[in-house]
Amino acid sequence: MSSNDHSNVKSHWHRRLLEGKSAIFAVAVTVGISVGGLVEIIPMYTVAAGPEQLQGVTPYTPLELAGRDIYVKEGCYNCHSQMVRPFRDETLRYGAWSRAGEYQFDRPFQLGSRRIGPDLHRVGKKYPDGWHWEHMKDPRSTSPGSIMPPYPWLYEKTYDVADVQASMTALQTLGVPYSDADISGAGQALKAQSDTIVANLASTGATAQGNEEVVALIAYLQRLGVDSRAALDARDGG
Amino acid sequence: MSVEPQTTAAAMSAVDYDDAIVKKFIFATLLFGVVGMLVGVILALQLAWWPANLGLEWTTFGRLRPLHTNAVIFAFTGNFIFAGVYYSIQRLLKTRLFNDVLSNIHFWGWQLIIVSAAVSLPMGWTQGKEYAELIWPIDLSIAVIWVVFAINFFGTIAVRKVKHLYVAIWFYMSMVITIAVLHIFNNLSMPATILRSYPIYAGMTDALVQWWYGHNAVGFLLTTPILGLMYYFLPKSVERPVFSYRLSIIHFWALIFLYIWAGPHHLLYSALPDWSQTLGMIFSVMLIAPSWGGMLNGLLTLRGAWDRLRTDPIVKFWVVAVTFYGMSTFEGPMMAIRAVNSLSHYTDWTIGHVHSGALGWVGMAAFAMIYWLVPRLWKTTIHSPAAVTLHFWIATIGIVLYVVAMWSSGITQGLMWRAIDDAGQLQYPIFMDTVLELMPFYAIRLIGGTMYLTGMLMACWNILMTVRGAPASAAAARPATAK
Ligand code: HEC
Ligand code: HEM
Ligand code: HEM
Repeated sequence: MSSNDHSNVKSHWHRRLLEGKSAIFAVAVTVGISVGGLVEIIPMYTVAAGPEQLQGVTPYTPLELAGRDIYVKEGCYNCHSQMVRPFRDETLRYGAWSRAGEYQFDRPFQLGSRRIGPDLHRVGKKYPDGWHWEHMKDPRSTSPGSIMPPYPWLYEKTYDVADVQASMTALQTLGVPYSDADISGAGQALKAQSDTIVANLASTGATAQGNEEVVALIAYLQRLGVDSRAALDARDGG
Repeated sequence: MSVEPQTTAAAMSAVDYDDAIVKKFIFATLLFGVVGMLVGVILALQLAWWPANLGLEWTTFGRLRPLHTNAVIFAFTGNFIFAGVYYSIQRLLKTRLFNDVLSNIHFWGWQLIIVSAAVSLPMGWTQGKEYAELIWPIDLSIAVIWVVFAINFFGTIAVRKVKHLYVAIWFYMSMVITIAVLHIFNNLSMPATILRSYPIYAGMTDALVQWWYGHNAVGFLLTTPILGLMYYFLPKSVERPVFSYRLSIIHFWALIFLYIWAGPHHLLYSALPDWSQTLGMIFSVMLIAPSWGGMLNGLLTLRGAWDRLRTDPIVKFWVVAVTFYGMSTFEGPMMAIRAVNSLSHYTDWTIGHVHSGALGWVGMAAFAMIYWLVPRLWKTTIHSPAAVTLHFWIATIGIVLYVVAMWSSGITQGLMWRAIDDAGQLQYPIFMDTVLELMPFYAIRLIGGTMYLTGMLMACWNILMTVRGAPASAAAARPATAK
């Protein structure tokens, strides 16, 4: 006798209607698995209470965008979250809890699901540029006992202007408000912003050219949570 | 002893089943099981001892972790599922697979995708979304190969000789359909270069779509197809019919309907709208019922055959697998309750939960199926039954070490993060203080993981020896045994 047949079962309606008719069965499965997703995802676009827009949050500058792409590429999200939860201990440790509007230009989102290292959503301006320069090269130099890996290659590889422009063009197509002038002028914008970081680094005795990947990464890290901090601090009282 | 093939039960049929494709998928399962778990062990070492990052960009934790998850989910689990599905649907429908060419395109296409993942992820070419890291050209190939699989699967159903679709097939079908839907919608994006693209969703919407995908990738790759395989191979292994047909109907429909709603439990206390978080939590808690329906149907199929638990290692593997399934589907709903999630989220507790499902349920089910299947496919007996039993114990102890270490580590760190002293200040303001506390647990996890990998290697050896010792005639054309 087979252990896998149901010959002892009387013929029920579902047996006739579903389990013998593969097409109907497949349609029923498709409907069954669609309901939940539709109910949850569609309101993100249609209901007014969908993701709020937050005043003062602007798109990433070309340098920050290049830095963000490096953040994604290196998989920093595997160890770092970017979502401060509304608990007393988290606001004490990191700062104001995270609002939906702060993420409006984040593609892909980088909320993360692990905190092997600390949350980074409020790390902007927490440390001077020179700290990040040292930390990314040798995390243990600034943070004794750290288990974060060192990233020496970020000091040798450089970002590429045309590559950043390609990213901006793709994002523009998706509706991010970059103007054509922003894209064609990306080269100057990259230069101007990296010069400030190079100057900051020089004041701490570090020499950078400005086109290293780590400079872009620093620009991105220093911008995290800064846009919205003033508005949020005022609203939450710290 | 069901390690022996039951040639007597083989009522001969005229159908010439395609077993060559099943064998290929089994070899791929073994190969990528070793690779994926080896990378897991390396990750565990890196967390316990950072110099293991080697100072090379290709081997840092941030790049290897996606390699591990993609390898174990899509390569190890994927190939294991395809092997089991292709073996069982032919027997259940009494027909050869729809099209041999499609079967082979499916096999080689899938392996090519895996190889391209193994190259691209260490290079840092990624979409930056968990379990959906692969870049858009690879995503397109996945879509194509999945469609090939779907045509082959539904084609086989179309030409079937048995009208009624057995429970296992319902579960497989839910995987074929749902994974296609999830994969396509979560990966919709705008390419910037051949290596980089940006999702059409932004911010919290991207997060919601991603976790709708992420949770259901767990649901429809690591859960439903394996339940389907359980419904075929577990009754085979103990030679008893499934406990309850009615229960299987109810828990199937409830499971696939409820699963889809649960995604937001990955975003509790985030900026996702409250109503969405609440839905995610409620549906997750409800998921206990259909999950345990499956567990009970599996365990109760063993009623009257419990004596085999002592003698037959395959039954041992199944019992542990189904038990861990029950455990992780109890733990998951608990972790989806906001109060519990406030402690568990972001910590190693999640990692413990993941691996009690992954090592306990997925892995042990894979070994149970493979140890049952290989002697039958090659018409021989397993090379070393003793090594099967040893594998069972090494793996089981390994899982327990892994999971208990992660629970302890997760709860320890979660409590330290939230500890506030009398003055209202953080008791552990220095983050590293909460990390250094975890090092002993990371060492124990490393030991547990290494044991599990050792078991995997033993399985490879045992199966290669079995195949080598198989009678040559088995390779020649033969009418396959019917079920
Ligand atoms: C293996 C996990 C791991 C990876 C991967 C990782 N980090 Fe870290 N990170 C840590 C840990 C642990 C700390 C806390 C100790 C320290 O400061 O080094 C930390 C700290 C930090 C800090 C300081 C945060 C603060 O508030 O003090 C920054 C900034 C940072 N990491 C950025 C990055 C970036 C950027 C990447 C990717 C290029 C990255 N990390 C990858 C584990 C990791
Ligand atoms: C030898 C066996 C294994 C070892 C040592 C191992 C180790 C690890 C480690 C160290 C991590 C990272 C944890 C962290 O972020 O802190 C991880 C993550 C993960 N592993 Fe494994 N693993 C093993 C087997 C498996 C298997 C067989 C599967 C699935 C079938 C699996 C699925 C996952 C998943 C999904 C994650 C990501 C979890 C998350 O993001 O929360 N692992 N593993
Ligand atoms: C009823 C069933 C289940 C429910 C309700 C459930 C619920 C949960 C919850 C609440 C989390 C934590 C999310 C977070 O805080 O970030 C989680 C994580 C996870 N679970 Fe489950 N779980 C279930 C079963 C399973 C099973 C059987 C497996 C598989 C093998 C599994 C694999 C995972 C993985 C891989 C993650 C980590 C996701 C990530 O953060 O990367 N779950 N689950």
